[in-house]
Amino acid sequence: MTINNVRQIYVDHSAGKPVDSRVVDEMLPYFKASYGNPSSFHRFGQEAKQALDNSREDISKLINAEKPETIIFTSGATESNNLAIKGMAIRNRKKGTKIVTSAVEHMSVVNSCKSLVRQGFQTTFSPVDSYGLLDLAKLEENIDEQTKLVSVVYANGEIGTIQPINEISEIVHKKGAYLHVDATAACGQIPVNVKKDGIDLMTISCNDMYGPKGVGALYLKDSLRIDPLLHGGGQERGLRSGTENVSSIIGFGKAAEITRLEMKSESKRLVKIRDSLIQGLIDPVPYTFLNGHPKKRLPDNVSLRFNFIEGESILLSLALSGVFASSGSACAAKTLQPSHVLLAMGLKHEEAHGSLMITLGRQNTQKDADYIKELIPSIIDRLRNMSPLTPKELKK
Amino acid sequence: MYSNKVMDHFTHPRNTGEIIDADGVGTVGNPTCGDLMTMYIKIKDNRIEDIKFKTFGCGAAIATSSMTTELAKGKTIDEAMKISRASVAESLGGLPKVKMHCSNLAADALHAAIEDYKGKLKKNKEEQK
Ligand code: FES
Repeated sequence: MTINNVRQIYVDHSAGKPVDSRVVDEMLPYFKASYGNPSSFHRFGQEAKQALDNSREDISKLINAEKPETIIFTSGATESNNLAIKGMAIRNRKKGTKIVTSAVEHMSVVNSCKSLVRQGFQTTFSPVDSYGLLDLAKLEENIDEQTKLVSVVYANGEIGTIQPINEISEIVHKKGAYLHVDATAACGQIPVNVKKDGIDLMTISCNDMYGPKGVGALYLKDSLRIDPLLHGGGQERGLRSGTENVSSIIGFGKAAEITRLEMKSESKRLVKIRDSLIQGLIDPVPYTFLNGHPKKRLPDNVSLRFNFIEGESILLSLALSGVFASSGSACAAKTLQPSHVLLAMGLKHEEAHGSLMITLGRQNTQKDADYIKELIPSIIDRLRNMSPLTPKELKK
Repeated sequence: MYSNKVMDHFTHPRNTGEIIDADGVGTVGNPTCGDLMTMYIKIKDNRIEDIKFKTFGCGAAIATSSMTTELAKGKTIDEAMKISRASVAESLGGLPKVKMHCSNLAADALHAAIEDYKGKLKKNKEEQK
């Protein structure tokens, strides 16, 4: 796409993705023709109910769940994380009041845990190394008899690092706790298999698979029981009351099906573009570093930091040239705090300041990457020339 | 989110760089987000004859630094001391609310440079006595 002759390259896919047109096509009939309430007895209702169940099946297939009923539809990943953590904690209150999580979680996990602390629970944020990988020895230490739930992100969308879920699962289960995994960014990009990975609860996002926003799911292992957050008519096995968002859930099912069939080739394609971008920016621009693990990394994620400059001014410069990305800098955040994920990896505030996050998507091509590679060095030079922190040898 | 004026000063900042033999230098940090700004001034006959800045910060911080140097150039020291965060933001056609603190930085750095100059002046006089 071009606007005013400037190419428009969207590379902020971890924040939001377009909806696949095949998904839209699948959804449309459920707005005006099949508009029944799945709880209704008549044909309209049963049609909607059948469609919901089909979606449930598509999603359970994607993650290899034991049966479709393990999928509970929610309003998105934030709700799923809230439901998993609070639902488990409150259900198991008598058995233990400690929740262990990691230092690189999404705010919906962080703040769910914090809200439980106000209700008398205890939370420990387990540390990560400089790649953002969980320190497994520390994790094991942190899980005590009081711990009934451990919540870990499969892969953090900001730094791309993929956690060793299998090993984590072994530790968690050995210690007698349950494992919730936030697979928002991972599910759809890398194979996620709840059985093989040993996952008890898992958060899935729909938009992250090119489906609509405002819908998500929680996988809840068949034998597990949790308390609901929403009470009402008892939809979703009583775990999420409220009439289901039928059209979006239909889209979710289609998105999951497409993902299951195309993920492998698409991820392979993205990894190539990703690595060419990473190398093509680190090599020519001195004092540029990769955030996150170089190999154990989501296919879409290019997370870099450029020392001596600030991320919002990088974003602004990029946007003027038609490139739309994001940053973990304090100045780019509503809260004016640097990203807690970058700080957890041991970065200093001023290092987190210079962070730039490029997340690729289906419509991006190698040409887009080449354009970005050409564009960025001059932006960095210009900003560094203005910065009081830039060392003399870099000044031009 | 930014006004055209802000974008203009961000893309074409005026008076960037250092003055090697500056009469006054002021560096301030932004306690809100951790940014940094340095202003250099050259004084002649009690007026700001030349002024330059260096900024490590967001788009608004760069634009406000640039605007501050433009406002200050040619002014007497006393006039320059009156340049405030509000006047800088106003000259830029307004700033988003979350970015108002960045304009503090520019005005503060200018005032710090002037104080530095005054301090040096006083010291010189005392030495001459
Ligand atoms: S300098 Fe940090 S927000 Fe403006």
